[in-house]
Amino acid sequence: MDVILFLLFAAIAVACGVNLVVQKHPIASALSLVGVMGSLAVLYLLLGAEFIAAAQVIVYAGAIMVLFLFVIMLLNAGGEPKTPGKSRMAGLLGIPLMAVLLGLLSYLVQRALPKPAGVTFGAFTGGKPYDVGKAIFTEYMLPFEITSVLILIAILGAIVLARKEID
Amino acid sequence: MTMTSVPLSWYLILSAVLFTLGVAGFLFRRNIITVFMSIELMLNAVNLSFVAFSYQWRQVDGHVYTFFVMVVAAAEAAVGLAIILTVFKNRATLQIDDVDSMKN
Repeated sequence: MDVILFLLFAAIAVACGVNLVVQKHPIASALSLVGVMGSLAVLYLLLGAEFIAAAQVIVYAGAIMVLFLFVIMLLNAGGEPKTPGKSRMAGLLGIPLMAVLLGLLSYLVQRALPKPAGVTFGAFTGGKPYDVGKAIFTEYMLPFEITSVLILIAILGAIVLARKEID
Repeated sequence: MTMTSVPLSWYLILSAVLFTLGVAGFLFRRNIITVFMSIELMLNAVNLSFVAFSYQWRQVDGHVYTFFVMVVAAAEAAVGLAIILTVFKNRATLQIDDVDSMKN
């Protein structure tokens, strides 16, 4: 069951990722990115990261992608003009050679690494909001506070950059 | 390894593939918004690695790093999209080839 779920959502993630890169229109790319993030959230659940899976859906697929879609629609961003490829050879050979390279690298990584126990759903239960919150508010307190300052700076920067000129 | 468990390396390979796709989109696309989304894809790929290693070591630190990456990505998206808005307001284009004031 774990293998089936992993393969299914990994395939969805890769297909959406490819679609993101090849689509001409930014809206299609944005929707593909939502697909990638959704399937990654399922994979996080399989890895026992419940809080991160929820945050992935809420923060990434919810907030950030809405921001993207909003800007795309605001700017009425159309497709891009087709740039002619430099070489026919590159277009023909590129994708098969990349597949060979990736397959070879995956094989070598599989061979070289020691074989740890596989990932089983439910084997790691330390990813609950309680555990993550405890780590954030004890061990990672200072970085957490610094991020709040970072977000404040980002808000101010976004307002300053995007405001209308007031005379 | 029984057939009911997925090797950890599969997660890492998926992460590498997604990161490569993000790099490809970053390098080959000409629309500034799509380039920006490719960066988000790369961040997501790295997050998957963090969570996978967190599982492997049975520690929650990877989740915390992922959380921070998400926060920084949100801040980055807000500022980056504001910059894109400004670029569009000043130049009326979203093609990165047309934004070349600092070239040469």
